[in-house]
Amino acid sequence: MMTTPILEIRELCVSYGKVEALHHINLKVAAGQIVTVIGPNGAGKTTMLSAIMGLLPSKGEIEFQGEVQRDIEVEHLVAMGMTLVPEKRELFGEMSVEDNLLLGAFQRYRHGDRDEGKTMDQVFATFPRLKERRAQLAGTLSGGERQMLAVGRALMAKPKLLMLDEPSLGLAPLIVREIFHIIADLKKTGVAILLVEQNARAALQIADYGYVLETGSVALEGESRQLADDPRVVETYLGLGGKKQ
Amino acid sequence: MDLQIALLLSQDGIVNGSIYALLALALVLVFAVTRVIFIPQGEFVAYGALTLAAFQAGKTPGTLWLLLGAGVLVALIDTVIAVRAGAPGRLKRIALWDLALPAVVAGLVLGLQPATLPLAAQVALALAVVVPLGPMLYRLAYQPLAEASVLVLLIVSVAVHLALVGLGLLFFGAEGSRTTPFSEAQFNLGTLTVNGQTLWVLGASCVLIVALALFFGRTLYGKALRATAINRVGARLMGISTSMAGKLSFTLAAGIGALSGILIAPITTIYYDTGFLVGLKGFVAAIIAGLASYPLAAAGAILVGLLESFSSFWASAFKEVIVFTLIIPVLLWRSLTSHHVEEEE
Ligand SMILES: Nc1ncnc2c1ncn2[C@@H]1O[C@H](COP(=O)(O)OP(=O)(O)OP(=O)(O)O)[C@@H](O)[C@H]1O
Ligand SMILES: [Mg+2]
Repeated sequence: MMTTPILEIRELCVSYGKVEALHHINLKVAAGQIVTVIGPNGAGKTTMLSAIMGLLPSKGEIEFQGEVQRDIEVEHLVAMGMTLVPEKRELFGEMSVEDNLLLGAFQRYRHGDRDEGKTMDQVFATFPRLKERRAQLAGTLSGGERQMLAVGRALMAKPKLLMLDEPSLGLAPLIVREIFHIIADLKKTGVAILLVEQNARAALQIADYGYVLETGSVALEGESRQLADDPRVVETYLGLGGKKQ
Repeated sequence: MDLQIALLLSQDGIVNGSIYALLALALVLVFAVTRVIFIPQGEFVAYGALTLAAFQAGKTPGTLWLLLGAGVLVALIDTVIAVRAGAPGRLKRIALWDLALPAVVAGLVLGLQPATLPLAAQVALALAVVVPLGPMLYRLAYQPLAEASVLVLLIVSVAVHLALVGLGLLFFGAEGSRTTPFSEAQFNLGTLTVNGQTLWVLGASCVLIVALALFFGRTLYGKALRATAINRVGARLMGISTSMAGKLSFTLAAGIGALSGILIAPITTIYYDTGFLVGLKGFVAAIIAGLASYPLAAAGAILVGLLESFSSFWASAFKEVIVFTLIIPVLLWRSLTSHHVEEEE
C-alpha cells in the first residue's frame, strides 16, 4: 500500500537535557498521502515535528525525498519543500495578513520564483476569510483566522511535505470540520501531509495511515481504517464520549 | 541669545541630529534583528571618513588590508564548515563574496590612484572597502553566538569595539582628518548662512531614511528582516535564516555608519576614535525609542542634536555631560511606563 516514502525517519531520539523525550521512533510518509500521529498530551508529538524540521537536535536518521539529511538546517529543509505549521503558529503579529502570506513564499522568492501573487490568489480561494482580512494585522485575528493564516502561509511555500501540528486546537466544531475538509482537499493537489492531532476521530477519517505515540514511543501503527477499529484505540482515543482532550 | 544665534544653533543641532538619527536607526535595526547592541557602529563612521581621507591624501587605507584579511578568514572558516557538512554548493558563494569581492576592491584601489578620481568615485570606493566589513564582522564575532544572551552579545560588542578602535589607530594614526566638501556653495536665508555641505547632510539623511522605509515596507527582504525581528522561529520556518538576516542587517548598519562618517567628514575633524562618541549619541536616541521604534529613534536623535548644540553654547564644557545625562530621566520614564514584552507567540 505504501509507495516510495517522501519522508522516512529511523531510530529518531530526542532529549531535553538528560531526559529523553522520544525513543527510537520509526515513521514513514508516502508521497501524496496523509499520515496522522495521534497520542495524549505530552506524548512527544510536537517534539517529533520540531526534530524533523531541524528546530531541535536529534539522533537517528531523517531521509527526505530520498536524501539522508546530515546537517539538518531548517532553511535548507524549507528550500527542499518541507513546511511546518507549528503548534504555536508563530505568526508575525505586527504584520498584515498579506505580508504574513508573502513571507511564506520567501524561500521560493529567494530562489527566483516570482509567482507569489498567483499562489496568494489560490490561498485566498481556499480561505476567503483571509482575503477579507488581508490588510488586518495578524495579531488581531481570531483564533480560527489565525489557524487559517498559519496554514495559508505554509501553502505559500508550495510544500511537497506539509506538517501540521494540531490544526484543530481550540477551534469551534464547525471550523474544525472546515479545516479538516481543506486538509483532505489539499491531498488532491499531491502534497504529502503529516498530521499531528488530538482529535483522533477526525484525523483517522481523512488519513491513509496512522501512528499512535505514547510517552515518546510508537505504541501502535497501521492503516487508518484498521487503527480506527482497534479496540485499544477505540477505548482510549475514540471512546464513547467522542474525542479525548 | 538673539534669534540669529538660536537659528545657527538649531541648524547645527539638526544637522548633527540627522546623523544621529541615521545611526540610531541602524542600531535599532541591528538590535531588533540580532539582539546585538552594536557599539562598533561608531567605528564604521570613523573608518568610512578616514578611508575617504586616506584616498584624498594619496595613501592606501589600512582598512583595505583588514577587508582582505577578514575575507580570507571568513572564507577559511566557511569552507571548513561546508566541506564537513558535505555541501560543496556553498563554496561558490564563499569564493565570490569573501575572496573575489575584496580582491576586486583591492585591485580598483591599488590600480586607479583614487586621489585623482572625482569625489563620487572616491566615496563609492570608500564604501566598497568599509561596508563588506559589516557582514564579515557579523560572521566572525556574532554568528557563532546567535543563541547567546543579550548580555554576552553586549560583551562581545565591547570587545569588538575596542579591537576596531585599536586597528583604527594602527591604520590611520592619531591625527585627525577632514575631507573636501561635497559642495562649496553658500546660501543666504535671511540672516542665516547655510553652506552646501549642510544641505548635503540633510538631503542625504532624508533620502536614506525614505529609502530604508521603502525597503522595510515594500520589499520582501525588508519584510523578512522585520519578520525575524518579530518572531525568529516563525521566520526560520519561512526559510529566512537567522544568519542571513544578521548579515543583511549588519551590511545596512555598516553602510549607514560609513556614509554618515563620509557626510560629516568635511564639517568635523574625524579621529580614529571619534566614531564612538558619535555612535553613542545615536545610541542615546535609540534608547529613547526603547530600541524598538524607528520614528521615535529619529525624533530622539534630532532632540539629542539640538540639546548638544544649545548646551555647547551655554555651557560648552558640559555639553557631553548634558547630552548623556538626558538618558537618565528617559530610562526612568521608560522603566516606569514600559510593560516588558518578551517574545510573544
Ligand atoms: N523545552 C522543553 N524542555 C523540557 N522538556 C520539554 C520541552 N518541551 C517539551 N518537553 C517535554 O517533552 C514531552 C513531550 O512534549 P511535546 O510537547 O512533544 O508533547 P505533545 O505530544 O506535543 O503534547 P500536546 O498534545 O500536549 O501538544 C513532555 O513531557 C514535555 O514536558
Ligand atoms: Mg504538541
